[in-house]
Amino acid sequence: MTAKGPSTILSLRQIRKVYGSMEVLHGIDLDVRAGEVVALLGENGAGKSTLSRIISGAVQPTSGDMTWLGAPYAPATPRAAMDAGVGMIHQELKLLPQLSIAENVFVGRYLTKGGRVDRQAMEERARAGLRRLGLDVSPRRLVDGLSTARQQLIEIAKAMTLNARLLILDEPTAALGGEETQLLFRQIERLKADGVGIIYISHRLEEIRQIADRIVVMRDGAKVQEFDSGDVPVRSIVEAMVGRSLERMFPAVPEPAGDDMLEVRGLASSAGTFSDISFSVKRGEVFGIAGLVGAGRTELVRAITGADPISAGEVVLEGRTITPRSPRDAIRNGLVLVPEDRKLQGLVLDHSIEENIGYANFDAVSTRGWIPAGRLAAFAETYIRRFGVKGRGTQNAGELSGGNQQKVVLAKWLARNPKVVVLDEPTRGIDVGARSSIYETIMDLARQGIAVIVVSSDLEEVLGVSNRIMVMAQGKQAGILDRANANDVSVMELATI
Amino acid sequence: MSASAADQDRSTGSSALSALRGTTGPLVGLIVLCIFLSFATDKFMSVRNLLNVLDQITVLGIMAVGMTMVILIGGIDLAVGSVLALAMMVMGYLANQVGLPLALGILIALAVAGATGAISGILITALGVPAFIATLAMMSVARGLANMITDGQQIVGFPSWFSLLAYTRYGGFLTLTVAVMLVVFVLGWVYLRYTSGGRSLYAIGGNQEVARLAGINVNLYTIGVYVVSGLLAGLAGVVLAMRLDSVQPTAGVSYELDTIAAVVIGGTSLSGGKGGILGTIIGVLIIGVLRNGLNLLGVSPFTQAVVIGVVIALAVAAEAVKRR
Repeated sequence: MTAKGPSTILSLRQIRKVYGSMEVLHGIDLDVRAGEVVALLGENGAGKSTLSRIISGAVQPTSGDMTWLGAPYAPATPRAAMDAGVGMIHQELKLLPQLSIAENVFVGRYLTKGGRVDRQAMEERARAGLRRLGLDVSPRRLVDGLSTARQQLIEIAKAMTLNARLLILDEPTAALGGEETQLLFRQIERLKADGVGIIYISHRLEEIRQIADRIVVMRDGAKVQEFDSGDVPVRSIVEAMVGRSLERMFPAVPEPAGDDMLEVRGLASSAGTFSDISFSVKRGEVFGIAGLVGAGRTELVRAITGADPISAGEVVLEGRTITPRSPRDAIRNGLVLVPEDRKLQGLVLDHSIEENIGYANFDAVSTRGWIPAGRLAAFAETYIRRFGVKGRGTQNAGELSGGNQQKVVLAKWLARNPKVVVLDEPTRGIDVGARSSIYETIMDLARQGIAVIVVSSDLEEVLGVSNRIMVMAQGKQAGILDRANANDVSVMELATI
Repeated sequence: MSASAADQDRSTGSSALSALRGTTGPLVGLIVLCIFLSFATDKFMSVRNLLNVLDQITVLGIMAVGMTMVILIGGIDLAVGSVLALAMMVMGYLANQVGLPLALGILIALAVAGATGAISGILITALGVPAFIATLAMMSVARGLANMITDGQQIVGFPSWFSLLAYTRYGGFLTLTVAVMLVVFVLGWVYLRYTSGGRSLYAIGGNQEVARLAGINVNLYTIGVYVVSGLLAGLAGVVLAMRLDSVQPTAGVSYELDTIAAVVIGGTSLSGGKGGILGTIIGVLIIGVLRNGLNLLGVSPFTQAVVIGVVIALAVAAEAVKRR
């Protein structure tokens, strides 16, 4: 590939990254030219963030070469990358709200004069940076209270005062509304005109068409396709993103025969992360919830199980309105949540397996609050065997593999004989063998007439285990698909609305 | 049937062993200390002196049980020393100046002490005030109230049966105050080990969010634990009044630090979720034996403070190194 027109500022050749025994990036080639926006797309886990972390110095590649402005480039720290002129704007903003804009722009490298902080010089330079982005705010203002879009622009201004020639924007519009997005896009156009190269990561495919000059699609740690124009039909991008990966083995999904077990009516979160969600799940049905990160899936299932507050709507179980106000409420009614993060929400890692199983089952192991010696151990042993946990009851949960930890969490909840089981990312970070045993467990639950809700970012998984799939996009319910007409493309189309 | 009985036996055996797990370090320290003192002084290893040690640790021991529960859930209670003084003054005022029966005065004093804990607990759970700050505030309030009752004066002159409870050795060895401490020890141990409430405290300290998602009523237990801590501080105040035969608003200054030290020396983790009463008993004994031994050796109180500080640092450092 010869650089025609504007010069190439960054080029990556055969970049590989290995974590332990897992190669997460397989020989990536990438070029960014001055004054262009390269959209980097892919599903969750495709390798986009690892790649951008390598470029911005947060992670070092296992092998491969990078060239920056014609010279070899191997930043050891984000600071080194920044000094070279590569700025990364993170999805979560990293501004300090109680400092002024100028202080934020220069934090860590305050300008000084005779040993004293030179506020005047900082404010002047910050003002120049803000003006360049068309931002009309005083650099003396505190960051606290500025809109997300403006904070984002300040992050960009910060990178620009470092003379950044390349900016990596990671999901910059995730928290922005329509108008704010347009403001950001206008600034991006200005930066392009100044010859700044931009790597733009986003899940919102519609906006890519508006902003991108080229599109690079990644899947499973490899670059799978490159489009030399931003104006590509969404469908083609989606097909490149999901691709046709290896068939995984899923057990047969039984047809639900029963009536409605759970109904959710007009549910909305107090935090505004989702609204107006209505669906029902039958006895013995596996109901999948798909969507991109930030679509509100986890927040929704946490609200259904009483873990997060709601502002409207109700939850009906077997025809009775129960709308749980706390996890305790939900559990008593037979509604359990196997949470997303087993290390932080599912288990106390430095407590034993039997204690962990016990924590949700004190009513079963105690008689009027009394737990006789050995009762907990015997109770836990039953479930350790039933779920095939490889470990002794007295062993700390933290010593187990991810798959075994997840089995302990499942044991903890299923020991309660629930009516509805909600599984949030049940196989995240778990190897293939343990996965299929978890899928088997899900089907067992369905066969027993339990209503199962599975939330997963793994599209193939949702498609493989669900009778029906609800797709969420930006806190809204984008549609419910039957197993028969759900496939990766139809789900992704709904998810990227 | 027989298989499950065997299971039961095996797990009981292992749980008896695991009861000592984590306390072996402090236990070895205590034994070494006792051996050293029995050679260094001729008075230490006498029945009479050891009974003295027990008498001397009653106040600390009773408070340490409440503090163990507080620290187990990942909290801290800085108010116990002041609450002890407040309970003493309430009791003394009601009995000697209002003229209520002493027993009724004691009950009301305990209720007041428990109420201070309830207030701290509500501040922590309902308003989200950090435990350190909530109990620091209560420490100041309780001390102020204790002083306000008599404008800083002490109250003396209780019925003679009252102070005799701290000195009459029933059966030749057991004073009532020591008996109260032992009962508190046993109740605390049984609660933490054999009840769902006690086990829930470990869950809360281990990871509050895990506990909440498991359906444990975290707020209720948190308030309850501070109530128990306040109540036991009040009880310790009554015991101290028996031992001194007087009450004064300046009593118990910095006792919260001794109490926290005893709990931490006993191996309960300040980050919560690990530890227990057996360790705390050993921690209390280490502090008690150390004080007693240093007195017997004629070490000045100032030097004693230095030695105890060093012991706290070494005990916790040893645990931290062992865990690495």
